[in-house]
Amino acid sequence: MAQIFPPWANRLPVLTLLAAAVLGLSAVSFVWYYFSPWYTDVGYRPTQPVFYSHLLHADSLGIDCRYCHSDVETSPTANIPPVQTCMNCHKIIKADSERLQPVVQSYVTKTPLKWVRVHKLPDFVYFDHSIHLRAGVGCAGCHGRVNEMLVVSQAKPLSMSWCLDCHRHPDDHLRPPDQITNMDWEPAADQVEFAAKQKHELGIEPTVDCSGCHR
Amino acid sequence: MPRLTDIRPPVIPGLLLLAVIVPLLGGCARESPSEKPPIHVVPDMDHQPKYKAQAESDFFADASAMRLPVKGTVPRGYLRADDAFYRGRDETEAYVTANPLPPTAEVLHRGEERFNIYCSPCHGKGGRGDGTVVARGFTQPPDFVSDSLRQMPVGQMFEAVTNGVRNMPSYRHQLRPEDRWAIIAYLRQLQGMTEPGDTLE
Repeated sequence: MAQIFPPWANRLPVLTLLAAAVLGLSAVSFVWYYFSPWYTDVGYRPTQPVFYSHLLHADSLGIDCRYCHSDVETSPTANIPPVQTCMNCHKIIKADSERLQPVVQSYVTKTPLKWVRVHKLPDFVYFDHSIHLRAGVGCAGCHGRVNEMLVVSQAKPLSMSWCLDCHRHPDDHLRPPDQITNMDWEPAADQVEFAAKQKHELGIEPTVDCSGCHR
Repeated sequence: MPRLTDIRPPVIPGLLLLAVIVPLLGGCARESPSEKPPIHVVPDMDHQPKYKAQAESDFFADASAMRLPVKGTVPRGYLRADDAFYRGRDETEAYVTANPLPPTAEVLHRGEERFNIYCSPCHGKGGRGDGTVVARGFTQPPDFVSDSLRQMPVGQMFEAVTNGVRNMPSYRHQLRPEDRWAIIAYLRQLQGMTEPGDTLE
């Protein structure tokens, strides 16, 4: 009588175990990465009601971030500027431009322009821009090279583990307070000593307490 | 009919399939731009029924969740009765000639920083009226180092920053009064002038 199982069937239990291990690991890695903000949030680049270019305004014209986001140093929010700020220049420059019409309309009719929020934090997170700027955390650290963006997209995951990475090891992310909006700033060779000095002088002790960000 | 012993597990086709799938998944890795809003698999309480700053509201007619103060009301600490400080004018409605902020190193540093952020796009870093926005077609502002502007009382400068003058818009919503005075103190330094009775620390 012929054998029911061929000889390779002897390897089946081992192969099955191996396959289960590989599949299990793949499933875990898949969820780990593809369900995380590194994948779901980074690169979010909504279409805005106005084709506003940071590349032109912040880079070519060299306008400081704070010209428009004027409350960022004193407020939790880095305010989206009122259209009044746009009209400071655009009353004269390119006033008839097709692309500018939503701004002009908003200004004339006094109705807010509906920008689409790019950087969204969960509603149970109470982030404050002003304290980060005072400590010397630059704009580019969390928002990337906005001065090179034609359309703003999210550059970092803004996840809790990502926040905590910096809160636990802030040294590489601190810069002199007068360099916070400088998009080209790079840590110098003496960054470690500089960070130690700045932390001491400004009393920087990043919290890792739950209640630091959640209430 | 093939015998069971002839069948081999599909090892090689399986490996080939993996070799195709893995790079495909890698292709939609992070930083690939997308216009679709992020999907959070576990939304927790990401979205709560509350207003955040500059949020949209479906309750108010203008769709803005943030409201202006009621007309004719003054928030605590915002009476601004000091005309010299908040309007640049004295009791006789004449422009003040002395900066209410003494030009300490701290004030001048603040003034320089604020000037470079808010004024230099048009007035230029040196105050000569050669900013980048002027190069793009904005009307050229006067040179701060000219005689007419050196003779302008600081109160009039303050009024110009606060309410705007000719083509210059008002900067009252971007600059607090103390920052406007700090800028004026820095301007006086750019103009090579010191005010009577001032001492530099």
